[in-house]
Amino acid sequence: MLQIIELTVNGQPTSIAVEEGEALLDTLRERLGLTSVKRGCEVGECGACTVLIDGKAVDSCIYLSVWAAGKSILTVEGLRRNDGTLTTIQQAFIDQCAVQCGFCTPGLILSALEIVMSGKNYTRDELKKRISGHLCRCTGYENILNAVEQAIRETRKQVQIQ
Amino acid sequence: MFDIKRVYRAASVADALRALQDDPDSILIAGGTDVLIRVREGKMAGASLVSIHELPELTGVHRAADGTIVIGSCTPFAAITANEIIQTHIPALGIAVDQVGGPQTRETGTIGGNLCNGATSADSAPMMLALNAELVLQSAQGTRIVPSTEFHTAPGHTVRRRDEILTEIRIRPENYQGFGGHYTKYGKRAAMEIATLGCAALVKLAENKKTISQLRLAYGVAAPTPIRCPEAEAIAAGHILDDALLDEIAQAAARHAAPRSSWRASREFRLQLIEELARRTIRAAAEQAGGVC
Repeated sequence: MLQIIELTVNGQPTSIAVEEGEALLDTLRERLGLTSVKRGCEVGECGACTVLIDGKAVDSCIYLSVWAAGKSILTVEGLRRNDGTLTTIQQAFIDQCAVQCGFCTPGLILSALEIVMSGKNYTRDELKKRISGHLCRCTGYENILNAVEQAIRETRKQVQIQ
Repeated sequence: MFDIKRVYRAASVADALRALQDDPDSILIAGGTDVLIRVREGKMAGASLVSIHELPELTGVHRAADGTIVIGSCTPFAAITANEIIQTHIPALGIAVDQVGGPQTRETGTIGGNLCNGATSADSAPMMLALNAELVLQSAQGTRIVPSTEFHTAPGHTVRRRDEILTEIRIRPENYQGFGGHYTKYGKRAAMEIATLGCAALVKLAENKKTISQLRLAYGVAAPTPIRCPEAEAIAAGHILDDALLDEIAQAAARHAAPRSSWRASREFRLQLIEELARRTIRAAAEQAGGVC
């Protein structure tokens, strides 16, 4: 049975009808057209469907849409700026050649955003653990870690300037 | 889309208990990281779910006046590891639940679900056994308290009835105060892995910081259910922690265990792990207890 839920998607208050047995992944991709959210393993192992729910990285494939009522969801589409420029994290992924086929990238960008927003210091090993819920089949982990480190460094610089 | 007939979002524990009674085919769902995967595999096709996802009355950690630490069953793993009470009093539990899956699963997966799932590989289970945790089960008929050592009955099975809710986990002060602890998970990968073997140890040391006054040793995947090793624990009491004692404890644990061969590992390899993880985990627990060894 369809249920109407109210939530915020990429900063926009949204009201949408969802099936009770619908995964957030399906709602975002099929109903809202947010195809940066990738359909990967669908059992919470690959991280390609990662979105931020109230700022926390979650696998949207094993999250019921009805649970998202009242929550704020962020996908990579929500990082888009009006002037077309990229965010610090997106630019860091490009600078470090952290993108190969690109399928894991949207999920990783969001986990990276959660990491950067935490404002904490991480060792390389801690960062490895923080991104361990993502599979990159092009084996690009070293460059991804370089990109996350660059994003942390540059965000800190920007905060200091401000 | 999941093959789910109905999801009832309960507003409270009382509401969830009523819903479980009203529909005899309904199944509880909390974080969803196990239940939804079983639905996806077709094992629970057409399921009718009663959701206690993020119920405020089941979420969070607090310390009661008598020092008992109370963990709400729907508290996610990540919230337990980050919790100040856990970090201060039972850091080993925070370490154990930080081994589950990956960061995203730890954000939604719950400690109650990890136990009620009934798997011998549940990363929280050995530590719960070592801590003599008490599990509070509520139903429309009333409340009962089950010791964690009596909770698991067979692979995938616990004493919890379908119409009962594990509401909270209680850990009394005599079961954590003065103990150092550690949990070691062995898997082929460091993340997104089901334990090939898990070992939890709690160690209380005498004043000399060398003699073990009390050992608690528990395993996951060493038997069809998580187990404690009373014989191994008895060997340790009153003895100085050295290599010879660790060997004796490890051998006693291996004698007590009943691992099986599976596609993840052979029985022989698991027996070797039971011994080796006992040595390493007890040593780490003793160090955390301030040991000089």
